Amino acid sequence: MARLSRLAWAVAAVVLGLGVLAGGLEAMGYDAAPALGALWSGAFGSWYAFTSTTLVRSVPLILIGLGIAIAFRGGALNIGAEGQFYAGAIAATWVALHVAERPAPVAVISVLLAAALAGVLWVALPVWLKLRFGVIEVISTLLLVFVAELLVSLMVLGPLQERGHIYPQSDAIPDSARLPLIGGTRLHAGFLLALALGATLWFVFSRTWWGFKLRAVGLGPRAAEVSGRIDSQRVGAAALFLSGAMAGLAGGVEVSGVSYALYPNLSPGYGFTAIAVALLAGLHPAGVVITGILFGALEAGAGAMQRDAGVPAIAVYVVEAVIIIVALLATAPKGGWSGARVMRRKRPVASKAA
Amino acid sequence: MELLALAGGFLAAAVRVATPLLFAATGETLAERSGVINLGTEGIMLAGALAAALGATAWGPWAGFGAAMLAGMCLAAVFALIAIGARADQIITGTAITLAAVGLTGTIYRRAYGDAGVGLSLPTLPNVSVPGLASIPVIGPGFFDQPAPTYLAVAALPLVWWVLFRTRLGLQLRATGEAAAMARAAGVRTGLMRAGATIVGGGFAGLGGATLVLAQVGTFAERMTAGRGYLAIAIVVLGRWHPAGVAAAALLFGGATALQFLFQALGTRAPYQLFLMLPYVLTLLALAGAVGRVRAPGDLGRS
Amino acid sequence: MGLSRSSDGTLSRVPPVFELIGIQKRFGSVQALDGADFTLRTGEIHALLGENGAGKSTLMHIAYGLVRSDTGDVRMNGVVRRIASPRQARELGIGMVHQHFTSVPALTVAENIALAAGWAVVPNQLRDRTRRLSERLGLPLDPDQRAGRLSVALKQRLEIVKALAGDARILLLDEPTAVLAPAEAEELLRVVRAFTEAGGSAVLITHKLDEVLSAADRVTVLREGAVTYAGTVAGQTVESLTAAMIGPESNRSSSFTTVHAGAPRATAKRELIRLQALELSRESGYGIAIRPAALIVGSGEIVGIAAVEGNGQRELLRAVAGRIVRLRGRLEVAQPVAFIPEDRTSEGLIPELDLTENVALGLGLDAPWTRRGWIRWGEARARTADLLQEFGITASGPRARAASLSGGNQQKLIVARELSRSPAVIVAENPTRGLDVVAASAIHARLRSAAAAGAAVLFHSSDLDEVLALAERVIVVARGVISEVSPQASRATIGAMMLGGDG
Repeated sequence: MARLSRLAWAVAAVVLGLGVLAGGLEAMGYDAAPALGALWSGAFGSWYAFTSTTLVRSVPLILIGLGIAIAFRGGALNIGAEGQFYAGAIAATWVALHVAERPAPVAVISVLLAAALAGVLWVALPVWLKLRFGVIEVISTLLLVFVAELLVSLMVLGPLQERGHIYPQSDAIPDSARLPLIGGTRLHAGFLLALALGATLWFVFSRTWWGFKLRAVGLGPRAAEVSGRIDSQRVGAAALFLSGAMAGLAGGVEVSGVSYALYPNLSPGYGFTAIAVALLAGLHPAGVVITGILFGALEAGAGAMQRDAGVPAIAVYVVEAVIIIVALLATAPKGGWSGARVMRRKRPVASKAA
Repeated sequence: MELLALAGGFLAAAVRVATPLLFAATGETLAERSGVINLGTEGIMLAGALAAALGATAWGPWAGFGAAMLAGMCLAAVFALIAIGARADQIITGTAITLAAVGLTGTIYRRAYGDAGVGLSLPTLPNVSVPGLASIPVIGPGFFDQPAPTYLAVAALPLVWWVLFRTRLGLQLRATGEAAAMARAAGVRTGLMRAGATIVGGGFAGLGGATLVLAQVGTFAERMTAGRGYLAIAIVVLGRWHPAGVAAAALLFGGATALQFLFQALGTRAPYQLFLMLPYVLTLLALAGAVGRVRAPGDLGRS
Repeated sequence: MGLSRSSDGTLSRVPPVFELIGIQKRFGSVQALDGADFTLRTGEIHALLGENGAGKSTLMHIAYGLVRSDTGDVRMNGVVRRIASPRQARELGIGMVHQHFTSVPALTVAENIALAAGWAVVPNQLRDRTRRLSERLGLPLDPDQRAGRLSVALKQRLEIVKALAGDARILLLDEPTAVLAPAEAEELLRVVRAFTEAGGSAVLITHKLDEVLSAADRVTVLREGAVTYAGTVAGQTVESLTAAMIGPESNRSSSFTTVHAGAPRATAKRELIRLQALELSRESGYGIAIRPAALIVGSGEIVGIAAVEGNGQRELLRAVAGRIVRLRGRLEVAQPVAFIPEDRTSEGLIPELDLTENVALGLGLDAPWTRRGWIRWGEARARTADLLQEFGITASGPRARAASLSGGNQQKLIVARELSRSPAVIVAENPTRGLDVVAASAIHARLRSAAAAGAAVLFHSSDLDEVLALAERVIVVARGVISEVSPQASRATIGAMMLGGDG
């Protein structure tokens, strides 16, 4: 698909999504115009709105979206990034509450590393199940989302609960563990991290042998295997691990940069929205940054839509779903993601991989 | 006697919890036998739940079931159009459908009942006792003293079995799921088969959602299905895509969920979240144990 | 009715049972059929002969309703018919046995027949009905056996039973003997003969001249979509048929009819492949594919494997190529090894990637444009363009998507990529499957020149004649056992060895 037509598809997707929203709202008796207006102003209405809500909301979407781009490129459908996000958030909070005495850079870095590691661990079980037993990662990562949410609830009512033991949330993390803010806004350094990671991934995808291996495995796992140079399973596993790390990191960044504490429903579904982010961007890292900001705008606007126009914020999921579907239709039937490997029994083919 | 009553109560709870899962899993079995994996099942159950709530409020419980089935079939038809008609990736399409359903049901519900204040409240369906059989210890209350939907779900099983394994339609369906290209060579309209199976599956999933609302909870809440649609997919795998196996697997998971009631009744004091995690974790472990030895329909998931 | 003149000019008392008249069909820019006529008479075996790409399959797909012709008529017993789908074809009594197996592997024999013929699904009845039908046809099959587990010959048998289960009177067979050992092929043709003697009519699509001469009553020869000869087989020779197939002016051999007769080249050269007591397990994981085996291939040798599918040659080839791991024993193969896999679109190439990327896939980190994990795509593209030119591959450029190439060009690309590594050993599976003679000869020439330059070539083809034509040494793999074939062995002997008999 030429780049121009992909852009056209992306625009069409967003317009259609908003159109469906407007139509649906009107059908339900809501006033669509002020709702869309609130959506816009909540996202772009002011410098504050842009930096402190839109861009802030875009950070986890970009981070998780980059991870999903890695996974999907490698043919691994990590649908449960939401769970890995929460795992990262839990780890980040725990480490943050225990490194108060450390100087700031060390504290923040350890928090983020712990978060990424937790994401890797949370996806390790699905990876093992896939490699050893052929369980599709779609189901295993999804089921673990629910486990992660329950774990958060368990933590904030148990070991991580705030001192007073009244509210289901953790203590606020110390200043040293918080990401620095940028220029007087509420935008935190996590945004810069997201941009840096995006640039790195762009480089990896387009110029490295590993990036090429990923693409080959995603589009032709059998041929990649037969070439004798690629271990499809290892590449797929690495893709999943990296994807989990990114999602976990996003959780840590959210705790360290925005919420400064752990509580249930920390994520309004970032893990799922990020799927739309990655798909709309055509799995391209630069695109993910842009679509991440777009969806951050949607989510920021949704909050304003609920506050100012009385339309439930949850309605914005419909917009996201329409966008995913249009993005899919733009590439169907090729698809490009070998999700066709459902429940395929793995063959004991040992190969000499590069 | 105490023990028997406890066991009977546990079994009754297990069967009750299993019923929505069984509905959804039976429907998904049909879809997957034709080669379609429908992750939209979660969203379809949710849509069915809301439709049932609204329908029942307006015209009574059986209208609720009808509305739920219809809603399920409509949403499944949308899925079929995209994933089968346009041959888009099934898994991502299903995810999108669930996302849309979450957004739609949440918005509609709030519109109908407001953000705060009086929520929906419905009388739940009463149990229907099978005379005589219901008094057998343990099994009686477990299997023969359940609300009507449970009997419906169980009755559907032999019907689905018969269609799959004793009719030409079922043979064509299975051929489509195993090797669609070969089935086409034999003259089977594979696209229609898959769409049909998916839509029927959606109807079943809708009934599952309706059961949740009308026979168990008595109200609607956002995201109330809490992953049951995904559990249903796992149950299909564990049940080896066969109605009998699916029933057994569904019961297993009903039991896993009902365990929390059992432990509470026994006075255990562990965090309730651990019990709620049980079904999911058990599913994962069971999948690991089963998948190695189980063979999915050959063309499952292929566009 | 009085006399009628059919399309091949002969007079007869009754209208022919099946006729295609004036068929034109274009696929994109290719004119697949250009005014082709075909006449089938009751009780005859009619061969449809031509090279790959001449239009034989297309013509029969039109007859079976799989493809719609642009112009032309189909007539049955003199009456014009519209055949718009295989279902309609079957209703008219036409059955087709395809080149590739069309049974659902996971279903049983009985279920597959029921599916094809539309029978009711009552297990006991179905079982009996299947048994009765297969016995009546002289093609016994076990109704409860899973179709995927059948041997190649039995799978073929199932295809025929499926085609005849619907009371077909006309049978179209598309290259039915392509993957059969000689004895199995004879058996199949015997069955077809019995069918026609009982009143049926059969069309035998083939590119094998000896089959035409021995089994068919009449023959229609297609070249580039048009009929060059239509008439009786009696009186025709290999030369005359060859001339009709490829034109009189060319003197290249049209099909692989040369039987291997020469002695192997003088030995005393470097051993590039050495197996000793090698055992390999099946790719599927269950069972042994190759029993303790020994083999030595030296520099410059071209060794062909004659084997029926499923006897272990695939595992042998892939083990030598380093794609599967040995179970026991010694295996020494000189590097680098080039591997040309059987399935070009799912194993050799990634169709969605472009040509440069596919070349990069094959060369990996050994490629000159990689360095410590970086890829210089500009250089890769330039090198790929060079390859395209050197091997005469028709493509719009190194950025063309692999899927846009024709089968022949795709295969040439794979061969080009593999040979560009200056391999010491070349392993090839069915290197010219589905290619027309020009492309196939080009690939054979490349393999021969690589051998002349010192490489060892080990290959397998399901077409025994190709093996005999290309190889200077032939080995047979039957039930996991490797046997060397003596240079004087006849085709029949080799065929018997392939089936596990004594040489």
